[in-house]
Amino acid sequence: MTGRLSPTAIRSLSVLIGLTAWEIYGRAIHTVIFAYPSQIGRAFAELTRTGELWFYLRGSLVVLALGLALAIAIGIPVGVVMARGATVEYALEPYINALYATPTVALIPLIVLWAGFQVKAKVILVFLFCVFPVLINTYQGVKHTDAKLLEVARSFCAGEWSMWRDLMVPSAAPYILAGIRLGIGRGLVGMIVAEFYTAITGLGYMIVQYANNFRTDRLFVPIVVLMILGVGLTSLLRRIERSVAPWLHVAQQE
Amino acid sequence: MSQHNVGGDPVATVPRSAGRKSPRIVVDRVGKSFRRGAVAALQECSLEIQPSEVLCVIGPSGCGKTTLLRIIDGLIRADTGRVLADGEEITRPRRDLAMVFQHFGLFPWKTVSGNVAYGLRVQGRPDQEVRATVRHYLEMVGLQGFEGHYPYQLSGGMQQRVGLARAFAVDPSVLLMDEPFGSLDAQTREVMQGELLRLWRIQRKTLVFVTHSIDEAIILGDRVALMTHRPGRIKELIDVGIPRPRDPEAVRGSPRYATLRRYIWNELKPEVAGSGDAP
Ligand SMILES: Nc1ncnc2c1ncn2[C@@H]1O[C@H](COP(=O)(O)OP(=O)(O)OP(=O)(O)O)[C@@H](O)[C@H]1O
Ligand SMILES: [Mg+2]
Repeated sequence: MTGRLSPTAIRSLSVLIGLTAWEIYGRAIHTVIFAYPSQIGRAFAELTRTGELWFYLRGSLVVLALGLALAIAIGIPVGVVMARGATVEYALEPYINALYATPTVALIPLIVLWAGFQVKAKVILVFLFCVFPVLINTYQGVKHTDAKLLEVARSFCAGEWSMWRDLMVPSAAPYILAGIRLGIGRGLVGMIVAEFYTAITGLGYMIVQYANNFRTDRLFVPIVVLMILGVGLTSLLRRIERSVAPWLHVAQQE
Repeated sequence: MSQHNVGGDPVATVPRSAGRKSPRIVVDRVGKSFRRGAVAALQECSLEIQPSEVLCVIGPSGCGKTTLLRIIDGLIRADTGRVLADGEEITRPRRDLAMVFQHFGLFPWKTVSGNVAYGLRVQGRPDQEVRATVRHYLEMVGLQGFEGHYPYQLSGGMQQRVGLARAFAVDPSVLLMDEPFGSLDAQTREVMQGELLRLWRIQRKTLVFVTHSIDEAIILGDRVALMTHRPGRIKELIDVGIPRPRDPEAVRGSPRYATLRRYIWNELKPEVAGSGDAP
C-alpha cells in the first residue's frame, strides 16, 4: 500500500478517527455532562422524529433569512451608490466605519429597548451582523470595475441604470457573493446571540434548555445543526461564486 | 515635417478644396497629455473629416492614435483645442458616433449575442428589432452559431469581430475604428476588409480607421493621415485617389498602389525610428 491517498480520503479518515476517539473516551469516562457521538446520533433521531428539532430550527431560519435578505437588499445598493459617488461615500463612511467597528453585541440592550424582544429585534440583530461584509464587498467590487469597460459603456451612452445592470453589478458579483458568504457566517452568530439575549427561541432555546437540564446529548443536536448550516451554506455560496463568473476561472479549467 | 500637403510629389493629387462639403468632424489644434503633463500624447493635432469618407490613420505605436479617437468619441476632453461634430463641440459621447475598441471591450458576463445587443439595449430598442439586428451583424462578421458563447471561449480574432458587430449594430453615422482588424489572421482580415468596403458602399458611413498596415490604409482609405511620433500630430494627409468600387487584388497590382506604398513607408520611417518602435 504505497499509493497516496486522495484529499477526500484523508479528510474522511481524519473525521472518522476523531469521532472514534471521542466515542471511546466518552464511553470510558461515563458522566452525564459528556456526550459521545452515538448518544448524540440517537438524540438527533429522537428530536427529528418528534418534530421538535424542525419546529425550533424553522424559527431560527426565518430570523436568519429575513435578516440576511434585508442585509442584501440594503447592502448592495448602498455599496454601489457609495462606489459611484464620492459625496455619498464620504458622507456615509463615518457611520459605516463606526457601526462596523462597534461590537454589535453591545447594541443588544438598545435594540431591545427600541424593537422589543421578538422577531423584529432578532432580525435587526442578524441584519447588523451581516450587512457590513455585503456592503463593503459590493463597494470594493464596484470600485474594481474595469475602467476600460466603463469607457465602453460611456461610449455607448449608457445611463446610470444600465451602468448598474450591465456593468457594475455583474462585474462586482463575485465580490458580492463573497460578501454574502461572509455575511452568512456572521449572521449565524447574530442569530444565536439574538436567541440567547432577546426572547429565548429557536435553536438558541434548545441549547439553553438542554444545558440547564444537563441533557448533553440533546444539547449537541442544535450545535451540530448550526455546524451543518454554516458549512452547507458557505460551500453552496462558494459554488455559486464559481459558476457566476466562469471567466475568472478559465486558467484553472484549461 | 510639413503639415498637410506633399508639395510637388507625385503622390499629392487632387487639391482637397474642390467641391467639398462642410466637414463632419473637425479636430482643431488638439493637445492632450497624461500624468500631469509628464506624457504628451497629442500636440497641435488638427484634422478635418469629411462626411462619408474613409480616413485611415497610420502612425508609430504610442503616437496618440487611440487618444485621438477617445477625444473624438467624447470619452476624454482635450487639454487644449477642441473637436466639433457638425460644428458642435464634442464634450461627451454621442449616439451618432460609435467606437470599435482596440482592446475589444467586451463584457465577459455577456454572451456574444448579449454583447452585440448591448448598444441597442442601452438605447431601449424593442426586442424584436434587437434580435433581428444582432442576427444580421453576427452573420456579417461570420459568427453565426456562436451566439451563446462567452468572450473567454472565443479567439482574439473572434472577440474583435464581436466588437465590430456591436459598433455597427447601433447604426452610427461615424465609426471610430481602432485597429479593428489587428488581431485577425491574414485571410479573415481580407474577408473583413471586403465586407467593410461592401458595407460602406451601402451605408456611406464616415469611417475613421486606425491601422498599422500601410496596405490596409491604401485598400480602404479615401485619404490616409500620417501621424508623427509622440506627441502626435497629423504630419501629412494623402489622397489615395483610387476609384471605387475597389477590388483589393486589382488595387495591389496597380502602379498607384506601389507608389503610395513606397511613399507612405518613406514618410513613416523617420517617425517610427523616432519613437523606437515599429508600426
Ligand atoms: N490613460 C493614460 N495614462 C497615461 N498615459 C497614457 C494614457 N493613455 C495613453 N497614454 C500615453 O499616451 C501615449 C499615446 O497613447 P495611445 O494609446 O494614444 O497610442 P497609440 O497611438 O494608440 O498606440 P498603439 O499604436 O500602440 O495603440 C502613449 O505614450 C501612452 O503611454
Ligand atoms: Mg492604440
